[in-house]
Amino acid sequence: MTIGIPRAFLYYRYHTLWETFFEELGLDYIVSPETNKDIIARGTSHAMDESCLSSKIYTGHVDYLIDKCDYILIPRIASFANKKEIVCSKFQAIYDVIKNTYREKELKILYYSIDVHNKETELKAFLKMGKFLGKKKTQILKAYYIAKQAEKTQKMIEINNQKNVLQKDKIKILIVSHPYNIYDKYVGEPILNALKEMDCEAIIGCVVDEKHAREKAKAITPTLPWTFNKELVGSIAIYKDQVDGIILVSSFPCGPDSLVNEMIIRKIKDKPIINLILDAQEGTAGMETRIESFIDIIRLRKEKEYEEDKS
Amino acid sequence: MKKTRVNFPRFGSYDICVEHIIKSGLDCEYVYAPPITKKTLEIGTKNSPDFVCTPFKYNLGGYIEAIEAGANTLIQVGGVCRLGYYGELQERILKDLGYDVKFINLSNGNFKNPITFYEEFKKINPNLHIKKLAQACALAVKMVEVIDKIEDYIRQNVGFEKIEGSFDKLHEEFLEDLRDINDKKELNLLSRLYMKKLKKVEVEKPKNPLKVGFVGEYYTIMDQYSNHYMEKELAKKGIIIYRWMNLTNSILNPNTKEVKQSIKNYAKYDMGATAMYTIKKAIDYAKEGCDGIIHVKSFGCTPEIDTMPVLQRISEDYKIPIIYFSFDSQTSDVGINTRIEAFYDMIMMRKEEKKK
Repeated sequence: MTIGIPRAFLYYRYHTLWETFFEELGLDYIVSPETNKDIIARGTSHAMDESCLSSKIYTGHVDYLIDKCDYILIPRIASFANKKEIVCSKFQAIYDVIKNTYREKELKILYYSIDVHNKETELKAFLKMGKFLGKKKTQILKAYYIAKQAEKTQKMIEINNQKNVLQKDKIKILIVSHPYNIYDKYVGEPILNALKEMDCEAIIGCVVDEKHAREKAKAITPTLPWTFNKELVGSIAIYKDQVDGIILVSSFPCGPDSLVNEMIIRKIKDKPIINLILDAQEGTAGMETRIESFIDIIRLRKEKEYEEDKS
Repeated sequence: MKKTRVNFPRFGSYDICVEHIIKSGLDCEYVYAPPITKKTLEIGTKNSPDFVCTPFKYNLGGYIEAIEAGANTLIQVGGVCRLGYYGELQERILKDLGYDVKFINLSNGNFKNPITFYEEFKKINPNLHIKKLAQACALAVKMVEVIDKIEDYIRQNVGFEKIEGSFDKLHEEFLEDLRDINDKKELNLLSRLYMKKLKKVEVEKPKNPLKVGFVGEYYTIMDQYSNHYMEKELAKKGIIIYRWMNLTNSILNPNTKEVKQSIKNYAKYDMGATAMYTIKKAIDYAKEGCDGIIHVKSFGCTPEIDTMPVLQRISEDYKIPIIYFSFDSQTSDVGINTRIEAFYDMIMMRKEEKKK
């Protein structure tokens, strides 16, 4: 039996957890390829016109996996934490959206649901999923804890690597973006490449201790309800003083980001910020120009500060 | 000390109920923003982030117009979608614009712990009398129910009135009288009086009239200005309009469990915000023999976008036409009317076909 994992949305948050879990249970899996033109085209033709670019990309990855595996992994998340936190309803709905979009194909979906408000924890969800896959409880528990450990280690390594990058004597730009946008080969990587070309280092906001970041976000914007956005806002508080500028990256027309980016721009006044909106249009020239001029301004400012310090 | 003059965003006819809470429950003045116009939306759009949902823009534009009309205290509610974050951002935007107002954000409260709302209300009137406030809230809830009952009746009959404008006139009079209500007894009398008056309005219903059900996003479906008076436009063509979505049904008696159960062939999970109700009512309207369904939402409303693949399946299964409308600040009456005309022609023809 082979499980297909769409390389989109929560993949970027959970791939270590999922992959280790399936490996420990001795299950085969495939991951859809990096986003490319074909996947975007598939997503655009099957997803609703008005849905966000990221969910079109997700649909494209699911579409790619159809007929290439036995089950497609499509989890659903309604809430992670306390009563005051929610996630974008897209993550609540995605299972049923895909199910209805591809009803005639009768997709076989491997699913789990996390809804902490209703006492459906991650552990419970994985136990259910493991049982569905025909595994014993002890086996599942063992696989889950190993996978959790792997996830934790992976995160620690990422944070440590980022610490090293923060030491570098280069212009550093904090990227505030959902991981599924900035790590996406097709829509996000061009931004990282543009920064590299200008000899800048990218500091990735979501590479952060999530819980700590969520705590930090409260001071900046107390009623912000979305867990993922809280982590991103918190990352600004954590990394801001070590970077020279901030780039906000959102896919069009992301609901939570539409409000949160505005709040960030209005509240964070001591660092230059730009807001990049990703859409499915071809060509990255416009975006590169914006990044270039943004970096130029930061450079000029830095030189000026340096001159002033000298005199 | 400055007198507290409170405003709440216009939303269907419900601001009368909020007015009652403010006046009788909190002993403060209530300021009505001028009726929503194109200008409201323009002011809102100018000061809002680009692709935020349209209700945000209406609310913000309305606040600014209310401030200009003398309001110095604004209220925003909370909600389970983007609405939950409206308040904090709107407060910030108004502050950045230089308006010196008090902003009461009910998102600070917690439904599990009602005392937190009390704390918010105390910001409006520090000497508030809790019993008075509770009484006012209880009556406001009853007022909501009466409004919904009256408007339901109008919706289903206004398309068939013999003298054009009779229902509208009564509706206006009703809202005017509702403002003067002081207790439950008066409210009951008023409700009975107007139901009687409504039933007296002469209507000419054909034997088997066209029936259309409305589903969709909370604000846009309930606020007639936001949906370009679509219900009325359709009704005028001689159609019975059904719209389950109102405050009585969605907040006062939601019955989530039953709803979840009834849609399980289409959705395994709660898909967020009002998605469950949209799906449930689409199924109901299809089963009850409506000739078509209209889905309305503001542009980019994620939970409602996500119901669309489900609605398409319902449309296939029950062979019922569904038309989708998305509203933003650019939406023009002309575009909407053309599509409504086409939709009307289509359901009309289908009905004729069926008769044969």
